[in-house]
Amino acid sequence: MSAEKKTDFQVVNKSLPRRDGRVKVTGKAQYVADLKLISMFYAKVLRSPFAHAKIVSIDKSRAEAHPGVYCVVTGYDLEGLNPYYGHAVKDHPLLAIDKVRYAGEPVAAVVAVDERTAFEALEFIDVRYEELKAVFTPQEALAKDAPLLHERKFAAGALRGFEGEVTAGKGTNICQSHKIQWGDVEKAFKDAAAVVEGDYYFPMTYAYAMEPYVAVAEVNDQDVTIYSSAQHPFMVRHDLKSIFNLPVSSVRLIVPFVGGGYGSKSYTKIEPLVAACSWKAKRPVKLQLSVEEAMLTTRSDDAYTWMRTAVDANGKIIARQAKILMNTGAYAENSPLVVEKSTNRCVGPYAIPNVLIENSSLYTNTVPASSYRGFGCAQVTLPGESQIDELAAKIGKDPYEFRLANAAKPGEEFFPGMRPFDGTLKQDLETAAKAVGWGKPLAKNHGRTVACSGSDAGAYPLTSTAIRVHADGSVTIMTGSTELGQGSHTVLPQIAAEELGVPFEKVRVVSSDTAITPYDRSTGASRTTTLMGSAVMEASREAIQQMVVMAADVLKVKVEQIEIVRGGVRCGEAQLNWSEVISKFYALPDGEVIGRSYIRKSGRFSQLPVFWETAATGCEISVDEETGKITMEKLATVGDVGLAINPALAEGQDLGAATMGMGIGLFEELVYDGPQLVNGSILDYRLPRFSDLPKEVELHLVQNQDGVGPYGAKGGGEASLNSMAANIANAVERAVGVRIRQAPLTPERVWRALREKKSKMEDSLKEKERR
Amino acid sequence: MKFQFTLNGKPVALDCEAADTLAEVLRNQLNLNGTKVSCEVQVCGACTVLVGGAPVSACTYLTYEARGKSVTTIEGLEKPDGTLHPLQQAFIDEFAFQCGYCTPGMIMSAKALLDEIPRPTRDQIIHHMDGNICRCTGYVPIVAAIERAAKVMAEESKT
Repeated sequence: MSAEKKTDFQVVNKSLPRRDGRVKVTGKAQYVADLKLISMFYAKVLRSPFAHAKIVSIDKSRAEAHPGVYCVVTGYDLEGLNPYYGHAVKDHPLLAIDKVRYAGEPVAAVVAVDERTAFEALEFIDVRYEELKAVFTPQEALAKDAPLLHERKFAAGALRGFEGEVTAGKGTNICQSHKIQWGDVEKAFKDAAAVVEGDYYFPMTYAYAMEPYVAVAEVNDQDVTIYSSAQHPFMVRHDLKSIFNLPVSSVRLIVPFVGGGYGSKSYTKIEPLVAACSWKAKRPVKLQLSVEEAMLTTRSDDAYTWMRTAVDANGKIIARQAKILMNTGAYAENSPLVVEKSTNRCVGPYAIPNVLIENSSLYTNTVPASSYRGFGCAQVTLPGESQIDELAAKIGKDPYEFRLANAAKPGEEFFPGMRPFDGTLKQDLETAAKAVGWGKPLAKNHGRTVACSGSDAGAYPLTSTAIRVHADGSVTIMTGSTELGQGSHTVLPQIAAEELGVPFEKVRVVSSDTAITPYDRSTGASRTTTLMGSAVMEASREAIQQMVVMAADVLKVKVEQIEIVRGGVRCGEAQLNWSEVISKFYALPDGEVIGRSYIRKSGRFSQLPVFWETAATGCEISVDEETGKITMEKLATVGDVGLAINPALAEGQDLGAATMGMGIGLFEELVYDGPQLVNGSILDYRLPRFSDLPKEVELHLVQNQDGVGPYGAKGGGEASLNSMAANIANAVERAVGVRIRQAPLTPERVWRALREKKSKMEDSLKEKERR
Repeated sequence: MKFQFTLNGKPVALDCEAADTLAEVLRNQLNLNGTKVSCEVQVCGACTVLVGGAPVSACTYLTYEARGKSVTTIEGLEKPDGTLHPLQQAFIDEFAFQCGYCTPGMIMSAKALLDEIPRPTRDQIIHHMDGNICRCTGYVPIVAAIERAAKVMAEESKT
């Protein structure tokens, strides 16, 4: 059900250079980190050393007496505010109140003339704690004698993103549960020709946006204005409006360029804290976290998954069952939605007639988990795509052929009640397999795999925009979508230029200022091209309709007599471009026309997901048996994007996502040892570097114009991450014959698995000799 | 403490504290915000600037150490007529950035490489650039941009 299948593009579907190119290569691009306001003070945060403790007392007098310190804010200084926030569950105090729930939780903030003074004063705050028993894993949080993290009852947030019940705040450590079920799972497993079953672990990871969380707040008696590195300024506005009990019109969020997000800057982070500092200090306050502090702010949910999958005698997958425990950390953040998504994403992209997935996320005394690129999908694609390979091996099928035979088909409603599948997995998998040389001979200790994922995109259709066509024919797009690097400042003008028939260079973007740009729910879930792109397309068309009426007025003819041509109108011999229409209408070379559009859950967007985010990846790896080290020999990505508005940008998203997935597959993992995060710095948290890049890379796009977005586009940029850990695990199995059900596949884990395999082989040889 | 150095070809005299890093002085005192700070522990390369032609991490390099030396930042690459340095142009042409936060440091590191080895091999590029992290691109387009700039600069030097 695509919007339309236009093909004769003038501007769209071309790899035009990035609109933000020049400012970014010259160092002139402005981020919040670069921002200074007049009379601005700086805040630094004191964090809890304990994972779970009562706050007995806080004495801030010595810190407040420190020269250069303006004030110290604690959880006891917030009278007059509603200090608890959260779009899903209002469980998060902007500073710890009565107790701390994880090591690293903000307990107090010092506001001072400069950062160094604020930092120095932190040690003069005396906090007395009474330590409580803590839990660090979902299993510990579920235990009968587990301490309760949240004693108070709290309400569901207004913008939780799903329609089901919220579990949190009901007197247990369960933050959220979700279950899907169809068919008869027990019977299917009984009747199965073959079954695979296993326990899997997907680690906590850190997105490492290179610009750490930063915000500047200016709060006065009437208004709250915040400059932030937030991905979703309108969602943050909602939290701030509730905290300060203000009308929406009194809260303004402004987001300039953002130095990387990948989901980690989704939703509200440090904005309530910096706003409270400004409210107390009665002047603008800037708070910029260090990377170490950012690592104590948000991570991804780690997941323990038990899964089994069954196949019939014809090689058809007939059942899948999973039980998942996710670790959401101390506060819900976006985890309730992550739980729902990871539950759903156990299924796709295969048509499985019998399904039972049960999933719960648990509060623990660890850093709060939230969104991370493709949230919930990578966690369950490691088990899901591992089991596809395991099953294929068990029944003696080629795993690529096995996938082709079972993948959801275009138009198939493989997930009951959801939008029929809008991707072309056969073509995606074929492209990936060809790119990695499927079937060709392999060197010793090399393994080659393909994998895929299709996830129900979390993109919720609530988006509006305004397109201002100026009297000189140039255009300004007013968009609530944030430029995170994904290229919205380039892609949106391409769509407007295509529709209005004006040069791409003459279209500019103003973005993410909630006082100026119309409402857009978020910049996440790969939604911008599909939803904001559609809004820009429709608003451009609405502007054209207005200009047709104006042209009729100018030419003194009936509206029906006006014919739309590229970049203007015609009526008989008379032809006017947009500039002439507007200038003649106002009788001055000035003025403008504003095209508008409102997108909601209706029409072609009425069924969710708005699109299935679909991709295949392929890789060839080699394993050094002496050390267990994996080398990426080849990587291929295939983005099933419907239509790439800017192919180079779409491919860039895929490679970036696959590289993050590769990092998780090979070495990225946040590690807790008791209450402390032991690798909470970039010195210790291993990220992909230049020397890790695969020896060969191929990037492909499949463009069948099968999405609901502009010209058949749909979202991309997450899906190539999702299957990478499974791909690497499967490739290791094929290269050296060991099955590892945990990411990352560090050299140590691979080496240990190889040693275990060797000692088992030796034991069985000895056993044979003995006989 | 008062001293002088050369910044992007022009002399600067300034007064700063002994503990001030070059990144702090560039960003807070001299209002040159092109140099970005991320890890603050010298492992991500975002704050790379050139001192005496060699790449240093401005986040940990004390300003005092730069006294009497020549400092080049990202702001020093564009010609006065607005012409971009071949590396800057190549980064645009190859889509070698997304969010752009690592880009100034990335370009400065690459400049140090090309100043020393005008036509580096792919392995030399990877080895030299390994101290710069990019979280967006997956590095492939950055390698391509450095190769493209090297080629352009070699052709320019012929004419």
